[in-house]
Amino acid sequence: MAATELSFYDRISDALANPDGQLAIAAGARAKYDNRARAMSEFPSMEITRDRARSIRAQTLSQLDKFLAEFADNVEALGGHIFWAKDAQECNQYINEIAKAKDVQLVAKAKSMLTEEISLNQSLEASGIDVVETDLGEFIVQLSGDKPSHIIAPILHMTREDVGNVFKEKLNVPFSDDPATLNAIARAHMREIFLKADMGISGVNFGVSESGAICLVTNEGNGRLISTAPRIHVAVMGMERLVPTLADLSIMLQLLARSATGQKLSVYSNILCGPRRKNESDGPEELHIVILDNGRSEILGSALSEILYCIRCGACLNACPVFHTIGGHAYGSVYPGPVGSVLSPLLFGDPWNPLPHASSLCGACKEVCPVDIDLPGLLLKSRSQQIAKGKSPLWMQLSQWIYAITSCNPILFGLALRSGQVVSRLLANDGWFTTLPGPLQGWSIHRDFPALAQKSFRQLWDKPSQD
Amino acid sequence: MTKTKKSIAQLLVTCMVDAIRPQVGTAVKTILNKNGCEVEFPKQQTCCGQPAFNAGFLKQARAMARHTIDVFTNTSGPVVVPSGSCTDMIVHHYPELLKSDPVYSSKAKKLSDRTYEFTQFLVDKLGLTNVGAKYNGNATYHPCCHGLRNLNLVQQPSTLLDNVANLEQVVLPCAEECCGFGGLFSVRMSEISGAMLDKKLSHIEDSGANVLIAGDVGCIIHMQGGLRRRGSNIQVKHIAEILNGCD
Repeated sequence: MAATELSFYDRISDALANPDGQLAIAAGARAKYDNRARAMSEFPSMEITRDRARSIRAQTLSQLDKFLAEFADNVEALGGHIFWAKDAQECNQYINEIAKAKDVQLVAKAKSMLTEEISLNQSLEASGIDVVETDLGEFIVQLSGDKPSHIIAPILHMTREDVGNVFKEKLNVPFSDDPATLNAIARAHMREIFLKADMGISGVNFGVSESGAICLVTNEGNGRLISTAPRIHVAVMGMERLVPTLADLSIMLQLLARSATGQKLSVYSNILCGPRRKNESDGPEELHIVILDNGRSEILGSALSEILYCIRCGACLNACPVFHTIGGHAYGSVYPGPVGSVLSPLLFGDPWNPLPHASSLCGACKEVCPVDIDLPGLLLKSRSQQIAKGKSPLWMQLSQWIYAITSCNPILFGLALRSGQVVSRLLANDGWFTTLPGPLQGWSIHRDFPALAQKSFRQLWDKPSQD
Repeated sequence: MTKTKKSIAQLLVTCMVDAIRPQVGTAVKTILNKNGCEVEFPKQQTCCGQPAFNAGFLKQARAMARHTIDVFTNTSGPVVVPSGSCTDMIVHHYPELLKSDPVYSSKAKKLSDRTYEFTQFLVDKLGLTNVGAKYNGNATYHPCCHGLRNLNLVQQPSTLLDNVANLEQVVLPCAEECCGFGGLFSVRMSEISGAMLDKKLSHIEDSGANVLIAGDVGCIIHMQGGLRRRGSNIQVKHIAEILNGCD
């Protein structure tokens, strides 16, 4: 993933300057948040299931090498091909080579954030291959030359009118903002793609080690079509996306749908075992599963490895007041929101370092995470790792030391209070500052700052009569 | 704990209360005294170190944690803190922050075990539901994030407020949403923080309340500072100030 041209702060300003987009994002995310809450309240074994899911993820990741080997052996036993890709380039090159060898002209894709992470579409298009996104949201993103703004709802930032305009312009149809009409247009366009495509590309929601099966979860059935109709199916799987058994998968699916959209189960949960066999009438002739590392094995060995528990439900985005405020695009990463703020600097490097700081640590994300990832804790660790590496502004390092030295010495602390009182007496207006200097001025753009009390609590304690 | 026998409580007033809202500390002391607690205020206390911790400055946070532990180590009785956020820091983060410190790891655990947020102390430790307060106002309550999610302060403040005479309470829409304070976040990411604050203030204004009650002075000055900038007359009060009302 390339660093975007604008800085994070510029993207924040852009997002905040677009109140319509902001409203669409906040309303969409809030609706999903409410749906999740309702679904969970109707799910009596929610806490037990969540604990179980967390322990499944922990167990899988603690022996990931074993489960990956088992998975790969079982995929191959079923007649599928396994390719281990170290990074984006190896993954894209492998898929390009298959496409070339098998004379692939048209690729039909299911929604996959992992393929967004490695810019697979762009890589295939550069080789002259047509790639069509078949998830409705991703299709609209592709038509409009945009980027997904949410890992589950790629067009969370768009209104119905926006979609109508995109269709009118790109598909030459009369304008409509009626969802059913828009759906019908997309469906008619898509049907032909499914029938003509030579290759289907999907992500993998979960790989099942014990059987070599992969599970694709969609609400539109496009995952089923692109994995069965074209001659070749390529599934790109992040190396952490395994569950040991089918029973474990059932736990994950119960939580994934409820957490993502508030559904008890997604409309289509397809469990695919290998390519078409001799006595079967459908399915691809070839199945390739690319197991992609792209920085994950390094995360696995780090203090932030818990982030790999993530099952990409998007609940933390929907709960996050920062995400509601700035939307997905401002993060400049395919993974926005709390999970993205931890993951993006790890996967994509230093330009994403400001992301972990874009959190008030309110903890709403942890509350809704189906595998109970301590997201605020990971954001804190991410921050402290940056500080330990000296990656913080000088004024902040200095002021933190001054603050710490002062706070470890009650006499200095008392003096600081008294100086603050003098400054307050001289400069505050009616008990408030309306402007603050230097790095603190951000505060006073939006709110006043209180003057210090002319008698601190410790002074009142000494002389309560002067209260 | 009974009212007949005086017990001792240590007041960790927090740096924010000390410097900006000392009347919160006074209210806490008065309420505790009324309910049979003698209050001690160790004068060496400063800041718990949470702002440094949240910004990722662990060395500085550890130094302040050790200082705070030293201040309270030779005192007796529970430590009462009028802040969910600072309580969370001491109860949950001190032991983690100092877990490899041969001297302070056990001291941190001990302090963690005897530290309570103010409403938690009143309800869970003293068994109170009504502190005999009276307050004339149309109020709404904002549950500050760390108290709400890390200490599960839900029933304690609501029980105590429900029993305040004359206090009308109205619903705050989206009450559980963060006000955008977040310590250094409000300065470093001031645009995001300001936009979050705007939403919160609109909800507060929509509630129709003339008093907003919260349990953390950080969030209180953030929301009060925003309301003031808007020209609003809504007052923001710490829950201890409301519970100390007896007019």
